Amino acid sequence: MGSIKKDKISQKKHKTKGEILADSKNATKPIKSGEKTDKKSSLKQKFWLILSGSVIGFLNGFFGGGGGMVCVPILQKVLSLDAKRSHATAIMVIFPLSLMSAFIYVINGFINSFPLVTIGTGVVLGGIVGAFALKFLPPKVVRLIFAVIMFVGGIKLIL
Amino acid sequence: MWTIVLYVFIGFVSGIFGGLGMGGGTLLIPLLTIFLGLDQKLSQGINLVAFLVMALFSLYIHYRNGYVETKGIIYIILSGIVFSVAGAFLAGYLPSNVLRVAFGVFLCLLSLYQGVMAIKK
Repeated sequence: MGSIKKDKISQKKHKTKGEILADSKNATKPIKSGEKTDKKSSLKQKFWLILSGSVIGFLNGFFGGGGGMVCVPILQKVLSLDAKRSHATAIMVIFPLSLMSAFIYVINGFINSFPLVTIGTGVVLGGIVGAFALKFLPPKVVRLIFAVIMFVGGIKLIL
Repeated sequence: MWTIVLYVFIGFVSGIFGGLGMGGGTLLIPLLTIFLGLDQKLSQGINLVAFLVMALFSLYIHYRNGYVETKGIIYIILSGIVFSVAGAFLAGYLPSNVLRVAFGVFLCLLSLYQGVMAIKK
């Protein structure tokens, strides 16, 4: 009886050792390397997020807008968000940046109350309409027309 | 009276694009400088403040729809804040006509990218 018990125990020990060995050979190694690549990729991701944040921040402060448009494709690529989420999240990202640069624009006196109140009212009303409309993301044609209008506007500003 | 209507209307149109996250400011700023003849810096300042108020509403709606993702964006925001202050100060130092041309170049590049992406997808 005793010897059988001992055998069982030794078998168990052997098994567990074998399991550990098998684990270390089959499972732990890939997990370790997986952790490494995860850490690497998250570091890489952080690097890209910080770098793109600097670019977005500078553009948004310097031009007083447009950071959101640069932000959308970056959110899609770096954080792999879908189109709707990246459009909505871009507003969330731009908000604190715009708050800081708006503060400096106001200090510098680049604000005039009449156009601000009238245009601002329109922007807020339009913004609410646009936010509800995100459920139906604008189709190709709308985005293409928007791009053409922007391009013409850009040329006019340069000339 | 008509100027009020025009101002509100121009704001409304670009607000729609802003709420969509399509770049209301990139539409509003050229509209203000080209059609209303406002100073470039003034247009930029108005856009920033108007955006802040509008964003509060549209963010609330987007948040309720579950479209706002918060994971990872803190890194963009922190570095972005530093450089947005730097950019705003630099814009304050430069003359408006230089800023206007630079903005025009920025718009052209953005619209080319947008156009290519719209055709691709």
